[in-house]
Amino acid sequence: MIINSRFFNRSELMGFIALAVVLFVILPLTLDVFRLNLVAKYLTYAFVAIGLVLCWGYGGILSLGQGVFFGLGGYCMAMFLKLEASSVENTKIQSTPGIPDFMDWNQITALPFFWQPFHSLTFTILAIILVPGLFALIIGTAMFKRRVGGTYFAIITQAVAAILTILIVGQQGYTGGINGMTDLRTLKGWDIRPDHAKIILYFVEVVLLFACIGIAQFIRLTKLGRILVAMREQEDRVRFSGYSVANFKIFAFCMAAVFAAIGGAMFALNVGFMSPSFVGIVPSIEMVIYTAVGGRMSIFGAIWGAILVNFAKTSLSESFPQLWLFGLGALFIAVVLAFPNGLSGLWADYVQPRIDRLFASRKAKAGWNGNSVADSAPAE
Amino acid sequence: MSDEANKGPLSPLRRKLLMGMAAVPAITMLPRASFAQAPATSAVNTTGLAVTDTEVTVGILHSATGTMAISETGSIQAEKLAIEQINAAGGVLGRKIKFIQEDGASDWPTFAEKAKKLLVNDKVAAIMGCWTSASRKAVLPVVEQYNGMLYYPTFYEGLEQSKNVIYTGQEATQQILAGLNWIAKEKGAKSFFFIGSDYIWPRTSNKIARKHVENVLKGKVVGEEYYALGSTQFNSVINKIKLTKPDVIFTDVVGGSNVAFYKQLKAAGIDLSKQPLLTISVTEDEIDGIGGENIAGAYACMKYFQSLDNPNNKAFVSAFKKMWGEKTVIGDVTQAAYLGPWLWKLTVEKAGSFDVDKIAAASPGVEFKGAPEGYVRIHENHHLWSKTRVGRAKLDGQFELIYETADLVEPDPFPKGYQ
Repeated sequence: MIINSRFFNRSELMGFIALAVVLFVILPLTLDVFRLNLVAKYLTYAFVAIGLVLCWGYGGILSLGQGVFFGLGGYCMAMFLKLEASSVENTKIQSTPGIPDFMDWNQITALPFFWQPFHSLTFTILAIILVPGLFALIIGTAMFKRRVGGTYFAIITQAVAAILTILIVGQQGYTGGINGMTDLRTLKGWDIRPDHAKIILYFVEVVLLFACIGIAQFIRLTKLGRILVAMREQEDRVRFSGYSVANFKIFAFCMAAVFAAIGGAMFALNVGFMSPSFVGIVPSIEMVIYTAVGGRMSIFGAIWGAILVNFAKTSLSESFPQLWLFGLGALFIAVVLAFPNGLSGLWADYVQPRIDRLFASRKAKAGWNGNSVADSAPAE
Repeated sequence: MSDEANKGPLSPLRRKLLMGMAAVPAITMLPRASFAQAPATSAVNTTGLAVTDTEVTVGILHSATGTMAISETGSIQAEKLAIEQINAAGGVLGRKIKFIQEDGASDWPTFAEKAKKLLVNDKVAAIMGCWTSASRKAVLPVVEQYNGMLYYPTFYEGLEQSKNVIYTGQEATQQILAGLNWIAKEKGAKSFFFIGSDYIWPRTSNKIARKHVENVLKGKVVGEEYYALGSTQFNSVINKIKLTKPDVIFTDVVGGSNVAFYKQLKAAGIDLSKQPLLTISVTEDEIDGIGGENIAGAYACMKYFQSLDNPNNKAFVSAFKKMWGEKTVIGDVTQAAYLGPWLWKLTVEKAGSFDVDKIAAASPGVEFKGAPEGYVRIHENHHLWSKTRVGRAKLDGQFELIYETADLVEPDPFPKGYQ
């Protein structure tokens, strides 16, 4: 197994180092806290993008409902934070002090049972992983065991996103409704709002992001990852070879869900806010767009896609408050038409060969063969 | 001048220089005239806001895109008009107002992000903005954390009060109670049917209305129904209305749903000139979409109608139409948005400072005599004293004023006995 002996090939290693340098050194040194906090917000979508690379890029399962898992993770975190922010002294103005403000507005007088465990941070962290994971397991089992795939699966995930939004908006006494959960303040007594807290949260998030990159890369390099690719290319052959295609698909889908949920939880922490506008159809499709713009076959490409698209969104809307949506739309169309493999495809086609040539000419003396496409060669 | 002597054409650069030199005396004279009354920046701005010797920057934060753009455009226009008029009248403390407009994109977290950008990056002295309760709830923690000043124009559910917000629209009791009293007295109404969109404002408003109907008016609420935002199917509730035959239909359905609701009411044969309907959510802006013929005869209860007959309002309406076109209509919130920059200017001048803490402290008691709705004054609780008015919708999409309270109604965001 040549592949497993090296965790990253050379071009991936360069991508890894470049991303690490930018996120750990360059951005914190050059940006003020406000912009850094915005980057932290963009990076929460990068978690979703990694999951989508795994499940869509490698597994070939297009999910248009990643907002569901992002939202579930985010709401779990937000419920914990909201409970902490709704202490009796903070809410003494309400008719029932000690419960979240939106419950009071909706004439609820006691904390509902499913809110009770969110007093515990340990339970919350477990819930952030397990709730979306189990939910994905249920959807995945119900779909893939029946061999529902492709477009039908995409449509169903989209319907789930719509249903969950309606549920959250409709049950506003329990969920905060369309307003969402606002005014999140402290995590175990530690104020998450001041500047120094934002910087710490940023670094925590970046570390988590690299952990997720590691996990995704590990999955990709194992036999499991190869089966995922094989499944995408020729599902029936894999099935006839004796593999249970459904189980592999369920696994990929669950992993993507858990990654999205971690992103959602980090979102609630960094932005101090969770609302149904991250759960529905539009945000779910946007998440697929980030991944497509960055390149769905490349983990690093997708992360850059999430950062750059959101950055473009912010800066375009600041400069052209009336017209920015047109600009953004044009950008998407241009990217999809001109570079179907996204930014990473552009990189691989135009930039990488030049770098390779440069290296090749230097190393020619040492007799090194500058072939960089090692990862496309089969392992066996 | 040697340039004229050598007869060559003036080079562009040199011409610019000359023009610049000619402008120097003008520049030094102009500010001197305004400096005469303008206090030094260091004195009026001790917290590092975007205030220079000649300019002060404020933010405008509404949805220019997305589903709320239709409603919020009027507010943006009104705020720009107010800023232009204030500048034409000499600005604030001798400084011209410059605005930075940001788009909330009908998305609440975006509102929070942009509010933070305006306060942290641009250091704006005040923000005129937000429309829906959801966007205000998103922005509120931000303006409180970074100590900004928000002028919020929409009538809303109350249950909120902040040092950092001036609410220029009515809170729920101010808007609702006088209207219910009027319709109970005028129409002898005893039974009410409530229909609302399903979110915090209609729910809270109806809660207040129900308590008032049951405890004060000794009437009965025969039905209370909610529809998701954007719903267009009201047939089942219209059937229930036909069955229960309420004396009054009381509605707080918002946005595009109104179009379907009133068209279906009409199609079901409910004639609003015989069946009293009191709405707290339809302004001239909404009628633009509903169509005057579908809603004529309905009563609306708020603080401002475009048709108000007073000199302030006539001047306001004609200035608004001159700036934004003859076809524009002006609803309650648009007028309230217009109050924002003016109240801020008056407060800054009262406080003699742009500092947010000083403005917050100086706000109570600030009066604006030039308000299109008539006289308004800021209450201790940062809401406005204002009159409540009832209008009847006409075929041409305007309201005819039917009733107004004799005195200003006191804002009461935390009403006792209504929670």
